[in-house]
Amino acid sequence: MELLRYILRRMILSAFVVVGVTFLVFIVAQVVPSDPAALYAGPRPTAEQIEKARQELNLDAPLPARFATFAGAMASGDFGISYKSRRLIAEDLRAYLPATLELAVFSTGLALLIGIPLGVVAAARQGRWPDRLGSLGSIAAVAMPTFFLAMLLQLVFAQWLGILPLSGRLSREISIAAPLPVVTNFAMIDALLAGRLDAFVDAVKHLILPALTLASYPAGVAMRLTRSAMIEILERRHVVAARALGLSEPRILFGHALPNAMGPALTVIGLSFAYALTGAVLVEIIFAWPGLGRYVSEAILAKDFPVIAAVTMVVTICYVAMNLLIDIAQALVDPRVALS
Amino acid sequence: MPLIDIRDLSVSIPTPDGDVHAVRSVSLEIERGEIHGVIGESGCGKTMTGMAVLGLVPKGARITAERFHFDGEDLREKAQSLRGRHIGLISQDPAAALNPVLSIARQMDDVIRAHRDLPRKARRAEAASLLAATGLPDPERVLKSYPHQLSGGMQQRVVIAQALATGADFLIADEPTTALDVSVGAQVLALLRRLVAERGLTVLMITHDMDVIAEACDRATVLYAGRSVETGPVEAVLNRPGHPYTRALLAALPDAAPHGARLAAIEGSIPPPRSAIAGCAFAPRCPQAMPVCAAEPPPERVRGTHRWLCHLPEDAA
Ligand SMILES: Nc1ncnc2c1ncn2[C@@H]1O[C@H](COP(=O)(O)OP(=O)(O)O)[C@@H](O)[C@H]1O
Ligand code: SF4
Ligand SMILES: [Mg+2]
Repeated sequence: MELLRYILRRMILSAFVVVGVTFLVFIVAQVVPSDPAALYAGPRPTAEQIEKARQELNLDAPLPARFATFAGAMASGDFGISYKSRRLIAEDLRAYLPATLELAVFSTGLALLIGIPLGVVAAARQGRWPDRLGSLGSIAAVAMPTFFLAMLLQLVFAQWLGILPLSGRLSREISIAAPLPVVTNFAMIDALLAGRLDAFVDAVKHLILPALTLASYPAGVAMRLTRSAMIEILERRHVVAARALGLSEPRILFGHALPNAMGPALTVIGLSFAYALTGAVLVEIIFAWPGLGRYVSEAILAKDFPVIAAVTMVVTICYVAMNLLIDIAQALVDPRVALS
Repeated sequence: MPLIDIRDLSVSIPTPDGDVHAVRSVSLEIERGEIHGVIGESGCGKTMTGMAVLGLVPKGARITAERFHFDGEDLREKAQSLRGRHIGLISQDPAAALNPVLSIARQMDDVIRAHRDLPRKARRAEAASLLAATGLPDPERVLKSYPHQLSGGMQQRVVIAQALATGADFLIADEPTTALDVSVGAQVLALLRRLVAERGLTVLMITHDMDVIAEACDRATVLYAGRSVETGPVEAVLNRPGHPYTRALLAALPDAAPHGARLAAIEGSIPPPRSAIAGCAFAPRCPQAMPVCAAEPPPERVRGTHRWLCHLPEDAA
């Protein structure tokens, strides 16, 4: 009951965030540019074309009405046309967003799976070699520039060992010789839908190196946060009590102490997810990954406001949804969260 | 052979400012089936004595003892494996002893699972029956709860049920009623007495409250500054205390003072735990101290199974 009310409260808050961001995006896309119609009408437009664009964009209406139209269009997935390519933005997003989500979700999952257990082990062996090694590793993981790590991983796993592909989302043998029917644009899901195990394995292999590269920073941070939270929790009376009750050490560490120590790591993981959505430009370039980061960088350079607006909206919604999930996860892990 | 047989136990914890002598010289004999009270002011080493028996002393702590036995086994070697199987802990603050983020069902189940190989359903039934055995009226509801949803008395019963779930027959109860209301505390003491009678348990009852000794214990040992200074049957310790410190503790009881009179708290405080003590540690506060007291360790006075350490001759007690 408390949990449901908490989730509802969070959802309402999230809705407000989305509306607020929509408004900001509207300002940036339609109010700030001195003449959006001229931009919209394309290069060297005639007065007639500008007038037509002005009507299409509804620029003569009062601001609140324009905002309502804009928000309505965003909500229905009608993001308009790119100034530059003249393509439907929604079409572009259908291709780029799944690639980015694949990467963001996998790197976030990897960061959790690597960072949290290492943090637990480091805390349990505080001051001894697993801790020292882990701390060193986490510093390296946080400090290393992503492009450098990306190239290092390519060198080792693609060039030297030859066990993982260098870049791209699928091998040429699959994407050209035996292409997958496009359904969702998530390579792995499409492979499964087509019953193509070979393509599925191929997609996973392509995902590993870029996901690992992106996971490095949040994994390092999650490890350090988990370690310090665990060190504090392991001193608590209920951990001593669990020992006195004869519980095994792994059970105490992962089953009893960790649920008390997950909060900070979950929070930072949410932030890193947001970063992976659009901040991974270099990683996308190095691994030839057709993601949102590159798409929006090019739009920014070209002052392609509808694309910037659309990507901002989509990313905001992904991020808000992720945060909602994290909040719910926190409340499930710690029932007191829902009370506050 | 007593269940617990401790002779001259000391526990020192190294710190940057020098060793803390948390326990200096404690001797303790506890027979099967008895509730043995350990009493003393805060900081006298009661908790650390219990933790040493559980093998849960702080990292780097040194334990020495002439004898340190549980059921004939040396606790210095066996504490790890005895803990949670034969020796259980009920700690002072039940709210802190329970994991705040896990349901009672999970916490009971984890304990049962660690000790017995039972299918899931049977474990759940066992958890409910253990909770019922501690007098909780609606075990199913308690199992579904989280600690913060329970009252202090209920939390303490859950902690006791967990200790029972281990199958331990010796329980260390560290101030089990301190965090509770007086009436709830009395119920918990009655529960422990009943469990001792019904299940043949043995209890080491740590307290700073003479009332708890009087109400619940069979024998008692008085600790002062990390030393056991008096031990004996409760009637003897309460009615004919041998050690001046025990007498001072009894005089400090509210109902020992005439109605309306000021409570006779003991003047002064225990010696700092890092200091070296040559003679009787109580000498600076003792109304009957003599010159010899601060210089030489006091001899043992014996009256049957009632023994204490004091320079005063036995008949002066
Ligand atoms: N982890 C520790 N490090 C240093 N000193 C400690 C530690 N635990 C307890 N002590 C000290 O040991 C002495 C005895 O403590 P304790 O056994 O908790 O006393 P009691 O339970 O009788 O109040 C106290 O002086 C206390 O400050
Ligand atoms: S030995 Fe001396 S100082 Fe210590 S309790 Fe006895 S009389 Fe008091
Ligand atoms: Mg204590």
